[in-house]
Amino acid sequence: MQGDIPMIQLDGLPIKGQGSEINTLRFFPGRCGNCGLCAVVCPHRVFMPSNGRVRMVRPEKCMECGACQLNCPAGAIKVDSGVGCAAAMIRAALKGKKEVTCGEDCCD
Amino acid sequence: MKMPEIFDTSSIITRQDEWDHFSARIGYRRMYHRVRPGLYTLGKPGKDSPVFVSANYTLSFDALRSNLKGMDCYVLVLDTKGINVWCAAAKGTFATNELINRIEVTSLKEVVDQRTLILPQLGAAGVSAHEVKKRTGFKVEYGPVRAADITEYMKDHKATEEMRTVRFRARDRALLIPVEIKNWVLYLLLIPIALFLIAGWFTALVAITAIMAGVVLFPLLMPILPTKDFSSKGFVLGALVSLPFIFFLLTEGLNPSWIPAGYSLAIVLIICPAVAYLALNFTGSTPFASRTGVRREIFKYIPVIAGMFITGAALAAILSVGKFMGWF
Repeated sequence: MQGDIPMIQLDGLPIKGQGSEINTLRFFPGRCGNCGLCAVVCPHRVFMPSNGRVRMVRPEKCMECGACQLNCPAGAIKVDSGVGCAAAMIRAALKGKKEVTCGEDCCD
Repeated sequence: MKMPEIFDTSSIITRQDEWDHFSARIGYRRMYHRVRPGLYTLGKPGKDSPVFVSANYTLSFDALRSNLKGMDCYVLVLDTKGINVWCAAAKGTFATNELINRIEVTSLKEVVDQRTLILPQLGAAGVSAHEVKKRTGFKVEYGPVRAADITEYMKDHKATEEMRTVRFRARDRALLIPVEIKNWVLYLLLIPIALFLIAGWFTALVAITAIMAGVVLFPLLMPILPTKDFSSKGFVLGALVSLPFIFFLLTEGLNPSWIPAGYSLAIVLIICPAVAYLALNFTGSTPFASRTGVRREIFKYIPVIAGMFITGAALAAILSVGKFMGWF
C-alpha cells in the first residue's frame, strides 16, 4: 500500500485536506465518518476502504461526477461537479450561455 | 385509496426491442426511446421482493430487465426524459427528488414491506442515499455499474472492484461511432462536396479523411495513441492520416519542387487541427473526462487548433491561386 496523499491547505480553506491539483476533488479526512459509501459509488476507484477507514488513493483519476460528495453524509468531500464535455462547453460559449448542460439532441 | 397502476414487464428482449436498440445506437429519433415511468413487476414478486431502480431510456431499462432472468422483483422506472442513468444523474433527472417523487406516486410503501432499493452505481451521481433514507425510510443500495453483473451481485450484495469500475473497451467505443457520424454528418457531406466543386477530388478527399479520422478512427485508436490529452492525441492521429497525401504529393513530381512541399505542409496544418478538434469534442462521450480537465484543454489547445487551421487554409489558398494565375 502506498503512503497517504499529503494533507495540504487547499483553496484557501481553513482546514487541511487531500486532493490533486488537476481537478477540484477535495477530501477532508478529519470530517470523515468512515461509512465507506464514497468507495462504493466512485466509478474510478479514487477512494478505497482500508483497515476500516476510507483513504483517497488516486485523486488524479477523478472525473468530477460528484457521486461521492452527494453520498457523503459527513460532508467530508467537496467537488465542483460538472459535465466534462468540450462539445457542450464550446456550444455554450458560442451561444453566450454561462451554464453548460447537455443539449436536447446530445448525450445518450 | 385507489392503488396506482402497476405495469408488467419481462426479461425477454423481442425483435422489436432489438430494432429499438439499433435505432437508438444510430441516433434515429434520439428522444423517442422511452419507457413509461412507474412501477413494473417482473416475474411474480411478493411483499419482500427486491426493487431495482432504472431510467426511462429503453437501452437502460432493457439492459436491466434482460439481466433479471428468473428473478421475481419490481423495477421502479424514474422519469429521466429518455436519457440513460449516468447522463440523467448529471442532468439532474435521475435524482433524489425524482426518486422520492416516484416512490410516492407509485405507493411503493404499500406494495412492498421491505425497505431497500437497488440503484445502478452510476445513479449515485444524482442521488443522495442518506437523503432518500431520511425522507422516505428506504435504504439505497448501489449495485454494480453494469447490469450484466447483477446476478453475481445478488448472491451476497457485494460488488467486486471490477464491477464497481467504469470501463471504455474497444467494443464500448465502437458502439459510439454511428452516433458520432450522425452528429457530424452535415460536415461530412457538405464540406467535401463544396471542396470538390471548388478545388477537385484531392481536396475533397483530404476533408473526408480528416473528418473520418476524427469521428471513426479516433474513438477506436484513442487508448493506443501516445500523449495524454484528447487534442494532442488528435494531432498525432492527424499527422498519421496526412502521410498518404504527403507521399502522393511528393512522388507526383510537380514543379517547381517546393510546390508539393508547400501543399504537404498545408495538408498537415489542416488535417491535424481538424482531427484534434473532433477528438476534443469526443470528451463528453467518454467516461473519464473531468470538467476541469476539459476546460483546461480547451484554453490550451483551441488557440493552437485555430491558428494551425487558418495558416494551413491560407497556405493552400495562396498556392492554388498562385498556380491558377501562373505566378510560379
